[in-house]
Amino acid sequence: MGKRSAWALPYFIFLVFFVVLPLVLIAFYALTDAQGHFTLANMAAFFKEPKIINSFIVSIEVALENTLICIAIGYPVAYILADSSLNKSAVTALLFILPMWINALMRTIATAEIFHALGIGLGKGTLLFGMAYDYLPFMIYPIYTILSKMDKSYAEAAQDLGASPAKVFLKVTLPLSMPGVISGVMMVFLPTVSTFAISEILTNNTIQLFGSVIQEQFYNLMWNQGAALSLVMLILIGLTTLLGGKRQEEIDGGLI
Amino acid sequence: MSDKKIIINLEHVSKSFGDKVVLDDVNLYIKEGEFITFLGPSGCGKTTLLRLIAGFLAPDSGVITLDGKDISELPPHKRPLNTVFQRYALFPHLDVYDNVAFGLKLRKLPSDEIDRKVARVLKLVSMTDYEDRDVNSLSGGQQQRIAIARAIVNEPRVLLLDEPLSALDLKMRKDMQIELKEMHKKLGITFIYVTHDQEEAVTLSDTIVVLNEGRIQQIGTPVDIYNEPQNEFVADFIGESNILNGTMLRDRRVSFIGHEFDCVDEGFGENVPVDVVVRPEDIYIMNNTEAAQFTAKVKSCTFKGVHYEMFVETDNGCELMIQDYNAFEVGSTVGLYIKPVDIQVMHKQCTCNVFEGEMNGPDSVWMLGADFDCPDTGLQKGDKVRVEVDFDKVELLDNEGTAEGNVSFILYKGDHYHLTVKTKEGEDVLVDTNDVWDKNDMVGISIKPEDLRISKL
Repeated sequence: MGKRSAWALPYFIFLVFFVVLPLVLIAFYALTDAQGHFTLANMAAFFKEPKIINSFIVSIEVALENTLICIAIGYPVAYILADSSLNKSAVTALLFILPMWINALMRTIATAEIFHALGIGLGKGTLLFGMAYDYLPFMIYPIYTILSKMDKSYAEAAQDLGASPAKVFLKVTLPLSMPGVISGVMMVFLPTVSTFAISEILTNNTIQLFGSVIQEQFYNLMWNQGAALSLVMLILIGLTTLLGGKRQEEIDGGLI
Repeated sequence: MSDKKIIINLEHVSKSFGDKVVLDDVNLYIKEGEFITFLGPSGCGKTTLLRLIAGFLAPDSGVITLDGKDISELPPHKRPLNTVFQRYALFPHLDVYDNVAFGLKLRKLPSDEIDRKVARVLKLVSMTDYEDRDVNSLSGGQQQRIAIARAIVNEPRVLLLDEPLSALDLKMRKDMQIELKEMHKKLGITFIYVTHDQEEAVTLSDTIVVLNEGRIQQIGTPVDIYNEPQNEFVADFIGESNILNGTMLRDRRVSFIGHEFDCVDEGFGENVPVDVVVRPEDIYIMNNTEAAQFTAKVKSCTFKGVHYEMFVETDNGCELMIQDYNAFEVGSTVGLYIKPVDIQVMHKQCTCNVFEGEMNGPDSVWMLGADFDCPDTGLQKGDKVRVEVDFDKVELLDNEGTAEGNVSFILYKGDHYHLTVKTKEGEDVLVDTNDVWDKNDMVGISIKPEDLRISKL
């Protein structure tokens, strides 16, 4: 304590102003009306208005679908990248990370333009394509990391005990790579629930995600209602992180 | 043992990784039920040999048979062998029971049979009641037992063990050695064991295969290998030894360290240069110099627990290592005696360096990846030649010599060092020197022109 803890002060101030205070403000606005009186009406609106609850369900649905698509594409890619007999160059891994260096908004607008040029109508299909394109690296990377660090003798031991290559994958490689999959899911699922720009650009606002609804509320200066919906989303994200994080710890601990 | 049938046979097996030859024409048979150990320093190819048998690698050339059937191309999961891995490789996501039952479940045995087999094998490795434990909560020794249980529960024809005790502390290692030996007796299956620890190999094995640089140096029982090493490498690697230059005068008579001795070896011919091995515990040391064959001065005396280890300098200036239960005073003169049966005489692998080269001109020869000056030979440029150089005529330099190499093997021969220097092209240059070099030292190789004996091929 004493001198050393003083070093933490700037970070403490940062946290107070940019994390704690905004959270308090969101909670305050969510639970008050325009006059600043306490009310649960804003929260209740979430359950009363079909438009809002529908967009929430659609958001969860799209996020789940996007996560599944990312796993389906990302896992095999990560597996191939991590296998030195299949992938002999470090450059290939880089190629999959490369798109992350370009602003997601720009990539999304470009994607929309390509669809436009190809004469493909914007809708759910194009939305999922754009989301998978944006979030795929976040799925590949954690899985790739865990697979490339995995001790090869586990797979050899399974083979030695009579497991065919398919069985080796199902019984050993896949379960041991689950921590990577869980990190990937958290990095893909959570941001997709709250996204709004991608859906706006890639569906021409025909599909309204929960994030778009919140954004709309703030645009229309309905701060209290917007804050209430944000709070709902925060709780959802918090719960998912808590569950995922706990499981992650268990598995991480098990690997050491 | 000799009436047992052969279970595994390797014929002309070679394996390279890139340019590096790891195994070079290995021929070996393994008998049913024997405890065989592959012994050698790191990088000698012993683990590669084990992995070829397990099926994790395929040989570049040669054939591996099991019960007479070629298994060279058979994937590991179809071979009736199981491996105990160096760092155990227990599955961290499974508990002890599921680790041990892994192979049985893959074979889809009924669950009560799996229960029975797992219980039996856990009893064998003294790990009953650990079924539900997380494998990460076990100590190194316990993990080792589970790794063995997981392998033998499948009742393999052959159990492969890849340095299984190397991660354990000394006391634990000794205990596990005894247990492994008992387990081998109880199970009656073939054990193939890999280690770099010569003491472990001698303790455990029925047969030892000594490997160095991808080649088999000697195959034999521990007693054979200890008492009758076939070359300098084996003599140096197994146990402590005095390795000396000598001359076989005639049958049963050998001279070394400036004295003549009776020995039991025959058939070498007359006045043939040989290597002589005398184990330090086989030299009798006494205060009485009258009855001795030769005398020496004690240079150092160290207590080693059971015995004293002494270095003495003989009357002819040769250093010997002696182990005895009694200590002798440093500086005192002692008498030494060696019994004929304790003198092991070995053929010298070569008596001088022989290189192949090509003339650059009448007074320059290309060999060992460099140009060497030589006296005028009258030979033409491009002539292929054979060059002979005596061991003590090769000079090693700190800075650059004519050619370059790395010291790959060092042998102390009582009054000088006998070094093997490997050049970049992989040729061995043997050197006798009084200078002290360390293994892997980079050295320059220089040879005086008049010391090259060149003859046209």
